[in-house]
Amino acid sequence: MKAAAFKYLRAENLDNAFDAFAEYGDEALILAGGQSLMPTINLRLAQPAVLVDINHISGLSGIEQSGEKIQIGATTRHFELANSELVASKLPLIASAIKHVAHRGVRNRGTFGGSLVHADPAAEMPACAVALGATLVLESRAGERRISASDFFLGVMSTDRRPDEILTSIELSADGPGDVWAFRELSRRHGDFAMVGVTAKARRASERLEDLRLVVFGCEECPQISAVAASLAASGQEPVAIAQAVAEELNPMTDLTGDAETKRFQARSLIEQSLGDLLEGRADG
Amino acid sequence: MKDSNRIIGASLPRPDARRLAAGRGTFTDDIILPRMVHMALVRSPYAHAMIKSIDTRKATKAEGVVRVITGEDLADICSPFIAGIEFLPNMISPPQYALAPTEAAWQGEAVCAILAESRALAEDAAQLVLVEWEELPAVVDPVAALKPDSPLVHSGLESNLVMTLPRAEGDTEAAFAEAAVVVEHSFEFGRQSGLALETRSVIADFEPAGRRLTVYQSHQTPYQMQDVYARHLGLDEHQVRVIVKDVGGAFGLKLHAYPDEMAAVAASVLLGRPVKYIADRQESFASDIHAREMTAAGRLAVNGEGNILGVEVDVLSAVGAYSVYPRTSVGEGIQAVQFTGAPYRLPAFKGRVRVVYQNKTPTGAYRAVGQPIGCVVIEQLLDLAAAELNLDQAEIRRRNNLGPADLPLKAAGGLEIEDVSLDACLTALLNKMDYEKLRRDQDEARRQGLCRGIGLATFVEQTAVGAGLYGPAGARISAQEGCSLRLEPSGLVRCATSATDQGQGTLTGIQQVVAETLGVKFDAVTTEDGDGGSTPYGGGSWASRGLSVGGEAARLAAIDLRRKILGAAAAISQETPDNLTLSGGEIFSDGKSLMALSELARIVHFRQDTLPSDVDCEMNVTRHFLPRKFPYFMANGIQASYLEVDLGTGAIKLLDHWVVEDCGLVVNPLLVDEQLRGGIVQGLGAVLYEHCLYDSSGQILTASLADYAVPLASEMPDIHVVHVENPTSGTGLGAKGAGEAGTLGAPAAVWCAVNDALRPLGAQVWKQPFTAAHIIEALRSANCPQEASELFEN
Amino acid sequence: MVETVSIRLTVNGAEVSKEVEPRQHLTDFLRNELGLTGSHIGCEHGVCGACSVRVDGRVVRGCLMLATQADGAAVETIEGIVESSEAADLAEAFIGRNALQCGFCTPGMMLTAAELLAEGKPLDRAGIRQELSGNICRCTGYQAIVDAVESVLVKKTGEV
Repeated sequence: MKAAAFKYLRAENLDNAFDAFAEYGDEALILAGGQSLMPTINLRLAQPAVLVDINHISGLSGIEQSGEKIQIGATTRHFELANSELVASKLPLIASAIKHVAHRGVRNRGTFGGSLVHADPAAEMPACAVALGATLVLESRAGERRISASDFFLGVMSTDRRPDEILTSIELSADGPGDVWAFRELSRRHGDFAMVGVTAKARRASERLEDLRLVVFGCEECPQISAVAASLAASGQEPVAIAQAVAEELNPMTDLTGDAETKRFQARSLIEQSLGDLLEGRADG
Repeated sequence: MKDSNRIIGASLPRPDARRLAAGRGTFTDDIILPRMVHMALVRSPYAHAMIKSIDTRKATKAEGVVRVITGEDLADICSPFIAGIEFLPNMISPPQYALAPTEAAWQGEAVCAILAESRALAEDAAQLVLVEWEELPAVVDPVAALKPDSPLVHSGLESNLVMTLPRAEGDTEAAFAEAAVVVEHSFEFGRQSGLALETRSVIADFEPAGRRLTVYQSHQTPYQMQDVYARHLGLDEHQVRVIVKDVGGAFGLKLHAYPDEMAAVAASVLLGRPVKYIADRQESFASDIHAREMTAAGRLAVNGEGNILGVEVDVLSAVGAYSVYPRTSVGEGIQAVQFTGAPYRLPAFKGRVRVVYQNKTPTGAYRAVGQPIGCVVIEQLLDLAAAELNLDQAEIRRRNNLGPADLPLKAAGGLEIEDVSLDACLTALLNKMDYEKLRRDQDEARRQGLCRGIGLATFVEQTAVGAGLYGPAGARISAQEGCSLRLEPSGLVRCATSATDQGQGTLTGIQQVVAETLGVKFDAVTTEDGDGGSTPYGGGSWASRGLSVGGEAARLAAIDLRRKILGAAAAISQETPDNLTLSGGEIFSDGKSLMALSELARIVHFRQDTLPSDVDCEMNVTRHFLPRKFPYFMANGIQASYLEVDLGTGAIKLLDHWVVEDCGLVVNPLLVDEQLRGGIVQGLGAVLYEHCLYDSSGQILTASLADYAVPLASEMPDIHVVHVENPTSGTGLGAKGAGEAGTLGAPAAVWCAVNDALRPLGAQVWKQPFTAAHIIEALRSANCPQEASELFEN
Repeated sequence: MVETVSIRLTVNGAEVSKEVEPRQHLTDFLRNELGLTGSHIGCEHGVCGACSVRVDGRVVRGCLMLATQADGAAVETIEGIVESSEAADLAEAFIGRNALQCGFCTPGMMLTAAELLAEGKPLDRAGIRQELSGNICRCTGYQAIVDAVESVLVKKTGEV
């Protein structure tokens, strides 16, 4: 299918984009990497009047470290994250997870910010952002707004972003000593969205996991930290028991790959493996 | 000629691969004609609905729109398809229109065509067509469709049953009564799409003054389509020319006549302008034929030694809304029954197929046509029996394989089997995979808590089908292939064949046959296909006939041309033809070079004046070949799969795969090996991923490549290929077909391997594809714990 | 009237200026406006990879990028990388190994493979399979493609 007609605006700066929002309201959609938006437009599932291309806004792309914080520009492309030495050394969870994001041709164009704003419940980057406690920076005419990733995702492809806002950057804490992480994903085929995935970050101290931030994705409406996992881990419970408790608590959505019970079954296994990864400091899932 | 110089049997790369790898192919959508318009279709959003009215006024006025057409506009110029079978007079086949005029019977059936200056503009206008629908109850479930109170798929039908065909041979009742072991099970097969990467494509160019129609179409058989377009549009057949350029995958789905293409061609007739129609991917999922939606109940009786006493199989084949034209939709179900147990000695056989309509996309022949179903049923039943008897899976197959003493054979299932090499293939397979060692590895893996399985799948493959299949059915489909050869004045040779090539390498193989038989270098021949107006009449590409039938026609043509060449050479050189040979493009007399073929060619083309008047200077030959000695050539082989099931997630990891295949003479091992591997991966897709899912109202749920999963490079194993060469005596060449063997046997190999892996756990899977969800369903119903190590300890 | 925008870009090294409809994607632009039909359309929703083209040095889905977005960019297609001999070894390996059948996926597959080769990192077969997993081939079963890419990669990196 061919896209329905639309007007194309190339924003050179944030003001251009804000002008477009002011003029067209919700008739305008933001075009970043386009790897999720363009298919829906080509299928005529979305028929926006205007596309606002933010790929040329300077300052929206790049990966920088300041102190213990890593700042990632919203239009930084997935391949840039995959190739970044800074990401590999300071955000190894992202470096590992990025390999599961679609395929080379999509990673070459798709953006980190776009993936977060699109908020697919089976996508890798939103889950990682939540597990890593990322802070999202949104800008509008009214100024800058900062929000934690845990608060940003509201539901299936639904976020707290307001129509006049642009996600401009994402702030993450660099891994420190004792930090451990895990990423495991079950997909039909390499590069597919997750049937179920698990990602987690914690500090390992004397065979225990502290501050465990475990997220199950591809399962519920949006990624969220499992409070049960954190408290059971802190009390030194075995992975098998934690996995059982977290899986029981899940409220999985049925999709084409499986019903709720299937996903709970799969999640239990992945959670247990992920906790093993964290405890043993294994790197890759 | 020395063996080192042999062209037949050499692994030569395909000459046409060079332009394809340079991006210089010509696929139908690459062609642009002057004044060409583009077609988009308005399709039924309902699985079943009456069309109350179609308001095209806004669409007609939309930008770039040239014409809007409905079924009413085509009523006078285009007759509907009715795909029946003459020897099955009770088979019901409702008429299928290019654009449904009154009733839509599946979600996606086209009702209105927009012709516009671009495809985008045509789609814009399609959104403006207002159709008033009256939704009718949709028949989706095939079992419910057969109930007397079921709603009907078409309002004109009396029942949803297309036809039923029983077959009985021998005394099955006695066989089951005296059996040491009886095993039975039912099997479910998910609906699939053949999924060619290039979607269905057509350009129709009708020239009204001379009433000549030229159609460029991505298709397997231009000859069939010339007949279809001529008859259904009331044109003279010799004024209709269908040209097939490069085809981006076909696999059977481009073998049929489609109403969408018919609408495009009819639109060109109405407009007197070229019309291009390229199905988009959504349309492909909704309107390409699907295949393989079947359930089968199987029952097997064996004696205490594991010898088969009898087989029963009952297949229910759900074929969608219409019987696809002109080959019908019943072949898959019929072959599923016929091939159940076909490689084995079957003293008694009882089979039945019932074919049923439903409000889903029509189905048709897809690569290996029903044979994979029969293969799964018998291979699984054999494994069940082997488990009961505590027999090894390879051993039970060896005990039942058809052998030389049984052949030739008219099998109980109805097939005629000339000569197969099943024991040789089994032995070659067990050696290649080191079966004994692999079984030990499997045991060792189990001790480590890894759930691994080995599956074997013996198969026979019906190839090179003759006139006995479609002839009695009354379908106008040629089973004969032809080849024309022409000696150019330069001494080079043009070959035109009726066989068509969608990348299999048929043209290369034919070129090899011609070059060697004639006695010229491989590069001295070029081969062309696919121009229904000028290449010799024939069948095209279906049922693995390119080399087996088309190759034999080429061999016969080359023999004739060689005779003509040597006759002329004898006249020129005052020798007797019997003393002359042609080799490497040079004519020899008793081993001594006489003249180059190029010199002879120059003389016979330009200097006939120097020759006596009775010398034959016509260096054109056309020959055809039709399989007559046998109704088809039965190829055969065996596949094996080694895999691991993750009990925690239900994921299946393919570890290894083997195939031993006997397709008779192998003309080009490089190309045959990749046919097998490609076919196997399609079979692996069928068993692991591919499924056209519908909801209960008949809405398709898998209409994108993100939802309908095909195999990717990442999950597929390397595949070991071994050949056993047992040439057919049905031709001088000796080649059988090889195109479907991979797709035929791979699903059964994986079925057997997965169930071999799960057998110690008391869990088994019985419906394809084996999604993780289905594996988990099986594990849960067997109450398996998720930790494998606990399971295999005892 | 159809509204258009002007774009200037280089395609296979040559400068191109055209008026395009904003909704036209890059592959349709290359095919329909420039006659570069080596890039194919297999799905138009970014899954199959047949439409792959190279934009500013990276392989992208041509169906998921608008032609107008390529304004100012350097675009390369299969025709370009084969003609420039950049992909000559790769093309020979594909042909010699029969790593293509119908040829519809081949241009996209080769562009993806060319990017792998340009990166020059040693990869085992499983690694090559993962990197090629975004390009669907329905004919070959992939093994011959992996063989072809592996053979060129080994030649280039000197590692098996």
